[in-house]
Amino acid sequence: MIERRPLLSFSSHVIMVIGIIAVALPVWITFVAATHTTERMLVSPLPLLPGTHFWENLKMVLFTQEFLGTTRAPVWLSMTNSLIIALSIAIGKIVISLLSAFAIVYFRFPGRMLFFWMIFITLMLPVEVRILPTFEVVANLGMLDSYWGLTIPLIASATATFMFRQAFLTVPDELLEAARLDGAGPLKFFWDILLPLSRTNIAALFVILFTFGWNQYLWPLLITTKTEMHTVVMSIKQMLEVAEAVPQWNIIMMTSLVAMLPPILVVVLMQRLFVKGLVESEK
Amino acid sequence: MTLRKVAGAAAFAALALSSTSSFALTEISWWHAMTDATAERLEKMAADFNASQSDYKVVPVFKGNYTETMTGAVAAFRAKKQPHIVQVFEVGTASMMAAKGAVYPVEQLMKDAGVEFDKSDYLPAVLSYYQSTSGQQLSLPFNSSSPVLWYNKEAFEKAGVEAVPATWNEMKSASEKLVAAGYKCGFSVGWQSWSLIENYSAWHNLPTGTKENGFAGFDTELTIANPAVINHIGKLASWSKDNLFLYAGRRGDGLPTFTNAECGMYINSSAYYGSIKAQAKFEFGQSMLPLDTAVADKPQNSIIGGATLWVLTGHETEEYKGVAKFLKFLSQPELQAWWSQETGYVPITKAAYALSEKQGFYEKNPGTDTAIKQLSLNEPTANSRGLRYGNFVQIRDVINEELEAIWSGTKTSEEGMKAAQERGNKLLRKFERVSGR
Amino acid sequence: MLKRVHFQPSVLPYLLVAPQILVTLVFFLWPAGQALYQSVLIEDAWTGNSEFVWFENFQLLFEDTEYLSVFYRTGYFAGAVALTAMFFSLILAGFADRIVKGSTIYRTLLIWPYAIAPVLAGALFVFMFDPTLGILAYGLKLIGIDWNHKLDGDQAMLLVVIAAAWKQIPYNFLFFLAAMQSIPKSVIEAASIDGAGPIKRFWTIIFPLISPTTFFLLVINVVYAFFDTFGIIHALTDGGPANSTTVLVFKVFKDGFVGLDLGGSAAQSVILMSLVIALTVVQFRFVERKVEY
Repeated sequence: MIERRPLLSFSSHVIMVIGIIAVALPVWITFVAATHTTERMLVSPLPLLPGTHFWENLKMVLFTQEFLGTTRAPVWLSMTNSLIIALSIAIGKIVISLLSAFAIVYFRFPGRMLFFWMIFITLMLPVEVRILPTFEVVANLGMLDSYWGLTIPLIASATATFMFRQAFLTVPDELLEAARLDGAGPLKFFWDILLPLSRTNIAALFVILFTFGWNQYLWPLLITTKTEMHTVVMSIKQMLEVAEAVPQWNIIMMTSLVAMLPPILVVVLMQRLFVKGLVESEK
Repeated sequence: MTLRKVAGAAAFAALALSSTSSFALTEISWWHAMTDATAERLEKMAADFNASQSDYKVVPVFKGNYTETMTGAVAAFRAKKQPHIVQVFEVGTASMMAAKGAVYPVEQLMKDAGVEFDKSDYLPAVLSYYQSTSGQQLSLPFNSSSPVLWYNKEAFEKAGVEAVPATWNEMKSASEKLVAAGYKCGFSVGWQSWSLIENYSAWHNLPTGTKENGFAGFDTELTIANPAVINHIGKLASWSKDNLFLYAGRRGDGLPTFTNAECGMYINSSAYYGSIKAQAKFEFGQSMLPLDTAVADKPQNSIIGGATLWVLTGHETEEYKGVAKFLKFLSQPELQAWWSQETGYVPITKAAYALSEKQGFYEKNPGTDTAIKQLSLNEPTANSRGLRYGNFVQIRDVINEELEAIWSGTKTSEEGMKAAQERGNKLLRKFERVSGR
Repeated sequence: MLKRVHFQPSVLPYLLVAPQILVTLVFFLWPAGQALYQSVLIEDAWTGNSEFVWFENFQLLFEDTEYLSVFYRTGYFAGAVALTAMFFSLILAGFADRIVKGSTIYRTLLIWPYAIAPVLAGALFVFMFDPTLGILAYGLKLIGIDWNHKLDGDQAMLLVVIAAAWKQIPYNFLFFLAAMQSIPKSVIEAASIDGAGPIKRFWTIIFPLISPTTFFLLVINVVYAFFDTFGIIHALTDGGPANSTTVLVFKVFKDGFVGLDLGGSAAQSVILMSLVIALTVVQFRFVERKVEY
């Protein structure tokens, strides 16, 4: 950096490593728990080092249908559901938000402010708070037990629209003027100029929304009755709910491990775009 | 885009409809809250029924814990998507009873479907909790249990506890010996409101509320802040300072303290039999709840917990025939005996109890009949038949909160119980206004 | 809010906003309207039998000292989460900023808890801190701390704060690091020529220069603590013991979903919605360009 202070550089690395260990500790313990037997996980003190039952537990979690006694969806199936739901929410929300943000920023039309506020009023209220009335609406529309019911109500939120609006506002006006001189219509402008400019924003949003969709659990629990519609995060919450026994920690932790992998992969693999899109949109 | 999606949704819904109606079997949905081994047995029951006949197919659906299952059923009922059968825990009884028009009383169902239903076949202590004021059976008990005293025989030997405590004074001395012998704690308790207040009151023939514990009317008021309960809870709070009593959570969270031999005793549902058997590496036994000799000379009877099956209205007559047959199927002696022996729940019929006895189960597994003996110790009185309070889910939460405040020392026993009673009564009044009409 | 240069009015903008407006109308405003109506009713959850009670549900809430303490508790919780998460991520970012080689690797290793579901985070912490089984609870007992968050409300609060902050650290770290890296090197070099050591430089130069980011993160973290920690609390403490971790959003859920007190819960939703709208308006006025989560 500016000056050479080997001791300080060294201690910087040390602090970072300590920070990473502290952050990673919960997941390490999860991993350790996933490598032991159920019996071992009920004896205090619990192990801090991995055991030998990793593959056994993994196989059980992934493929056993008669899982913990109940015929629940095997994890590969609930993972597929989670994937479909996370992708639908991410893509659906990005598409409708791009369109509406484009309309609100680039058009003057009667009712614009009304629409603006209608959208932004939804900004922060999570679905948990309005869950019963929303359930009734979804049921009345016949969307229980379907991917539609699992995804569309969660698309109703303004965060993405808000983010695109912010991004569009920073696009120089000259671009639009130039495009208009070239005779480009609104849709061509949107497709050829705005969309490429928003690439990093879209990437960042994709990561955020994929994670958000993947991580839902209360909503899927309420509106699904068929095991083949279950999602993986929801099944973990269910495993914690053992009324007259203790939880089988090795299995729960293995499932948690499997369940947290896809969103982590998305975040890590897309990290460059994610960070750029996230941080830049704030500037 | 969206239009196409909506069209797609409509097509999907139509497809879903046509595919259900093309089933030759009449489907009966059964929402439950069981997990693990219990769920496995529950599913076996449904599968056995499905294999036993060819007209109906019972489909069990796990809907989360008891609260989530009940709320799920409420939401579904309001949207007319309710299941045929839903498993509801005992504290939901008053809410279910008040849900006139939503509930199809089991006794009525059996009569309408022409399926024989003789209440005298069932154990009275189990049935009476779920009857209307006029004695009509509203729901069918499914998994019923009662709190018992679990104890670690090896720990007792090591600590020199000679007899299993039968009174609370003996609980204290036994716990002192256990702690002195190096155990972390004397005993812990599961489902504290149920074990330490509701059952404590029934066991000593004390009311927990006016109007026959709520059986005789919605205008009932809690009386849990009575001297006996305050004294009892206060005693436990003072014991917890010396670890004679350890609080480990609202539900069954204390189980590992017992199975890891940290506490020598555990007061909790008989239905923990399966888990304790699987996890405890020592000889254990179960015994009747301790008696508070300052309050009563002899025990009355304990009350049940667990859940019952409620039938919801709004389906076809033909489907209800299947429901009736299924409920009848569940009551068979062989099935009930198997169920109770495996899980620690009490059998619901006299025939099943007799069968288990005949099979020598209680002889081979001493103590396993503790719960049922406790339940049928005496003819239930108005104080020991059960309880029926509206909003009882929240009231139990209130009691839990106040008990936690007492255990942690922020409130005295008297302050806590009085607050619990007062807050609980508010919830009762609210319930009365909505449902008591 | 609107571009100076814009397209001529036509039917197109209506088509463009239509999908979002439709979804918002059907799945947000309609249920929210129902909640609004329910808030002036006492209603039986099963049958929908109801009695119109004007503002009694609201009155009951404000008479209930417990509800008022939920407000304080939520504020306390949000403040604690925001400060904890920001403090640790600031330190980490400060050191990461000094590292020339390998800072991307550190970033990768720090970023991923962001992806973990709140309810999973809750499950992880339940497991680590379980008073009878948890490995960390065991460790704490070894050093003489009697850990029982199922009984001790302060410990329970501490636990949910730690879990919630843990999940938010990566997010804050990214922003702090980006802000620090965008400070021109010349500024820092000038300071170091003047003889300012690293710590002094951090406090007198870097920290003031990143203050817009700090302020922005404060808003984001408070919003996060208010609304996105539901899953963590649900899985970790269920609002207990003795309500000591029940925050506003959780109480709405608990009274409505668990307690089936539709009126009371709806009244809380309405209060919360008004709060959110007020906050949103404030944000538009004062932090116009700094909001997103």
